[in-house]
Amino acid sequence: MRILDPINEMKLEFVARSSNEAFARGAIASFVLQLDPTISELSDIKTAVSEAVTNSIVHGYGEVLGTIYLEAKIFETGKIIIRIRDKGVGIPDVSQAMEPLFTTGGEERSGLGFAVMQSFMDGVKVFSKPGRGTTVTLEKNVIRRFVKEKKQSAVVG
Amino acid sequence: MGMKITKNGRRCTVLLDGDIDHCSARSMREMIDRYVNEEKPEVLCLDFSKIKFMDSSGIGLIMGRYKLIKILGGRLVIAGVSEGISRIIKLSGLGTLGIVKEER
Repeated sequence: MRILDPINEMKLEFVARSSNEAFARGAIASFVLQLDPTISELSDIKTAVSEAVTNSIVHGYGEVLGTIYLEAKIFETGKIIIRIRDKGVGIPDVSQAMEPLFTTGGEERSGLGFAVMQSFMDGVKVFSKPGRGTTVTLEKNVIRRFVKEKKQSAVVG
Repeated sequence: MGMKITKNGRRCTVLLDGDIDHCSARSMREMIDRYVNEEKPEVLCLDFSKIKFMDSSGIGLIMGRYKLIKILGGRLVIAGVSEGISRIIKLSGLGTLGIVKEER
């Protein structure tokens, strides 16, 4: 295995039901637990995935019961790459959709989904084609425990 | 998801429970609005101290209740906000409305 290869990978697909938002963030949380993230890092990842999956359900598929694809890779360095993909309607103007408070989802949607993803993760990429679907790639670097311990002993020593 | 509403004079406190996401926010919203439209409280307090997870759907929930209670002539108070929830509230700019009760 080369050093840049992921140490583990997972792929999931599930129907775009609102009740699967909790399933998706629970699944991603138990997968990334292998990297021993802090509670705050874990909460950031769960929140970002919840936002992306909700977007696919509410905007990507709307009334259609499509499929959502969730993939994740973790690396020895603590890097996590997560992909949330749908085959829904797509986003005509990605940069507009990513503006804070912009929403097409009606009054009870805050328009903060992408702002939350950008604020809680280290990288967010959105690729979308109208009529074909949307792929959101999220990246997060969690600090590995041995690095944390090294840092701590450096402080103590 | 659970919810407990207590009434003290013209003040209603809604103790929210569980996760707040797009799925759970819908039923929370319906229950709160039905109650608020009937009781027309002077102060509506949303207590988040038992909330373990909240995404931006929680912001939609707060904004919607803020608008409703304003129309009815009352005011909204947000209590029991954890560090995680506080980060999303800050991001939304809702903090500037002066509705978040400082504590903890």
